[in-house]
Formats: sequence, C-alpha cells, structure tokens
Amino acid sequence: MSNAAHPSTLVEQLKGGLDAPICLTWELTYACNLACVHCLSSSGRRDSRELTTAEAKAVLDELHDLQVFYINIGGGEPMIRRDFFELVEYAIGRGIGVKFSTNGAFIDAAKARRLASMEYLDIQISLDGVDATTNDAVRGGGSHATAIRAMGHLSDAGFGPFKISVVVTRHNVDQLDEFKALADAYGAQLRVTRLRPSGRGADSWHDLHPTNTQQRQIYDWLLAHGDDVLTGDSFFHLNALGEESDAGSLPGLNMCGAGRVVCLIDPIGDVYACPFVIHDEFRAGSVRDDGGFGAVWTESELFAELRRPQSAGACASCGSYDACQGGCMAAKFFTGIPLDGPDPECVVGHGEQAMRAATADLPRPAMDHSAPARQPGPPERVPVAIGRR
Amino acid sequence: MLDRRLALHPRVALRPEPFGALAYHYDTRRLVFLKHPDVVRVVRALSDHATLADTLVACAIDEHRWPSFQSALTSLYESEMLCEQRRAPVDAG
Amino acid sequence: MDDTTVDEGRADGETPDEGLLEEELLIEEISIDGMCGVY
Repeated sequence: MSNAAHPSTLVEQLKGGLDAPICLTWELTYACNLACVHCLSSSGRRDSRELTTAEAKAVLDELHDLQVFYINIGGGEPMIRRDFFELVEYAIGRGIGVKFSTNGAFIDAAKARRLASMEYLDIQISLDGVDATTNDAVRGGGSHATAIRAMGHLSDAGFGPFKISVVVTRHNVDQLDEFKALADAYGAQLRVTRLRPSGRGADSWHDLHPTNTQQRQIYDWLLAHGDDVLTGDSFFHLNALGEESDAGSLPGLNMCGAGRVVCLIDPIGDVYACPFVIHDEFRAGSVRDDGGFGAVWTESELFAELRRPQSAGACASCGSYDACQGGCMAAKFFTGIPLDGPDPECVVGHGEQAMRAATADLPRPAMDHSAPARQPGPPERVPVAIGRR
Repeated sequence: MLDRRLALHPRVALRPEPFGALAYHYDTRRLVFLKHPDVVRVVRALSDHATLADTLVACAIDEHRWPSFQSALTSLYESEMLCEQRRAPVDAG
Repeated sequence: MDDTTVDEGRADGETPDEGLLEEELLIEEISIDGMCGVY
C-alpha cells in the first residue's frame, strides 16, 4: 500500500510482504547422520514422501521465475541426498544463489575441491562448542572432529571464506570469543543464532537456553562484535536491553521476516512461515498444490495474516516493544505463549509469567523424524553419531 | 558523477517491486532497496545514454531532484551495484 | 558498519511545494543477514 510519491520505510515495506521471497530456506531431507538434541527439524530418518529430483527442479524453476535471489539449503543433512550436487548445480545454473548448512560429515577432500570450483555457493558449518566436550554433548560424539575436518578440507581446497554457525546455549555462551578466534583462524565468518524451542529443541530448551544473565552477556558481546559477526537478526528480542542503558540496538532489521520476506520449504514440499515453526498452525500450503510455490506465497491465508499489521497485544503498554517487537513467534508458540504475548525470554521479565500462565498442552512439532535410537531429554547421555564417510 | 557513463553491474539482478525495486549483487551478496520508481527508471536507462545527466534528462527528472539522484547513484556506484562504462558515442542500436 | 544505510539526497533549499520530501530517500541497503530464519 505504498504511494509512489511517499516511499515508506524499508521495514514497513517488508512487514507488508514482498511479491516473492528475497531468499528462502529449503530443507532438502529429514535424513541426518547426526541426532543433535536441539534439532529444529527433528531430523534423523528420511521421509518417504520427499520431493523427487524432478519436483525439486520444478520448484527451482519457479524460484527462478519469481526472481528469488538465493536459497538456504539445510535439512537434516542436505549432502545425504544423492542428487545434492545435481540440485545445487541446477539452482546456480538458473541464476539462484545457493547457501547451504552442513555438519561437514560428507565434505572430504574431493568434495571440498568440487565445492570450491562452484560459482555462487556459500557454506555454513554447524558447530556448538569450541571443544569436543561442549559440542558433542549437543551434537553427538565425533561431531566436533567432523566439523573441524570439513573446515580443513575447505581451507585446503581454497574454498575461500565459509561460515561457522553456532547456536548459542547455556553451555557455550562463555566461548563466544573463542568461536570468533576459531573463525578468524580459518578466515571464516562467525554466525551466532538463537536457540528456539522448535523441533527437538522443544524438549531441550529449558536446559539449554541462556539464562537472563547470559542474555545480557550475549547482548553486550554482540554490541562489541556485531560488525564482524552474523546473527540472522535472531537476537532482536535483546534490543530491549539497550533501552535501559541507551546502548543502542543490534545491527539488523529488527523484524521477523517469516511469511513476508522469507519462508521454509520442507523436504516433503510443505511450505511453512519459517524453519522454526514446522507445525500446522504455520503451514501455508504445499509446492505440490495447484499453482506450486508461487501460489502459496501469494495466496495463502496464513501469509496474508502475517502480512497484516500485528497487534502488540499484551506488550502494547511496555516501553520496550518498539525495540523488541514482541520477540520471536516460534519461541512464543512452542512455549505456549499467545503470539501477541511476550517472548519467553523477554528481557524485562514478562516471559516467565506468561509461560506459567500457559495451561494448555504445549504444541508439539508437526512431525518427528528422529532416529529411533535417540532418547529425548537433557544431554546426560551423549547421542551416538552414526557416521557415514 | 553527472558526466559519467554508468550501467547496472552485470552481476546485479534488478527485481521490480510495488515500491520500486530490489537490487541484488551476486558477487558481493549486497542487497539494496530502490525506494522510488523514478530511481528504478533512471537505473534501467543508464546504459542507453552517454552520461548520467543525459539519463536524468531523458527520464524527465526535475533538476531540483538531481542532488538526491546523484547521491543515490553515487552510493550505488560505491557499493558496486553500478559500474562505469567506457565513454562511447551513443548509437541507435 | 550499519546494516541499513539510508542514502539521503539533499534537495535545494527552495523546493516547490509538490508534495515531495525535501530530502528524498531513494535507496537503502539491507543487510542480507538481517533477516531472521535464514542462514
């Protein structure tokens, strides 16, 4: 609803939704060689309804026509798909940039060289601890070594800068400086993101999410390092801390792009508002529906609702709302807080009360593709990593 | 800036939007929001004219707005979204 | 470096009243990373 003579602010335009995503996340498979305790997609076993290679290429054709600039490929472990390179090369050939997230298990020296030879390809290696003890408690025995080995292969192959992506938890928040040093040592870029109670994260969130004191620690660290570190804008709920001290806000747009600027395509072709809300409540449709992805993006009722101005609801009277925007939809949903309520990690403290008031059963993830050997609960038992080389 | 011959960088994709356009540079990964349809028209017309000034005239941009356009295009040039072309006579092709 | 840099073009002091802003904000850079839910 912009009048051409009065360009509105960037954020207003984006909140109202774009005609096509800028980029989107595409989980290629629910299969995974790991069993991370906080996996947002509850991955482990392949779903037999996975999109075929032909279906995936048809989606890429649509994304090309919509002029989606790039896709963020993930999973599960995307390199498990036999057509991984075929799809990546097809995407790039159609002018769609590819960024993908991996645990590194399938990046050997040869694959690293192949990846290094490809145009417009960004890689993000997941790591949740600078040492094996911290990391493997969350991601499984051997996973730290696997990630470091993959980084070595990429480095040897001259891949250039890759990203190291860290989910910030109670147990690694003191390692932020070391993560930065690790990234610097590889000439890589550090990315730190927020843990959401999504997927298997629903079970581990209460034990893993940062404490209030640690949230301030994260905020202060990001203020000091924000120019060098990516966050996926996932910490904007912490901006309310800046209100008290005039410290300013973290770099970023301070808004949720779900259903407005970005979305998720899951391995079976379902379209969700974002990767952290794989649940019917946030399912917009399927790429297998008539009209494909484009029709879902343009016509789904869920996305239309998200593109309407959102109510501040319970937060309207809070002076911090402008800074925090009520926080993260996914975090609220899976902790039983109404979407117009406070974020569970509200820095002003309203989240705790809101969680206590949540009396109904908590929403559960739409599907659970966890491998049968995994035991839910806190990481007292180190999950077994089923490594395939 | 006004007498430079500019063009959209070949690695930039320009995607129309209701408010103007999004410009994405596939090498730098930078994304710029062109907030007004007039700046989009000018950017698209750049390679058809010998200089930026000629482009602004051809796009019927009022002279009192030229400083805004110069700033915007300078910014786009500095972020590599635009590149400079070798001066060449404008031909009909 | 700010993730959003607003480019301000400054118009001349005497701007006819045409409903245009005196400073036209014609472009704005968006941080690629400034979008939650992506890598």
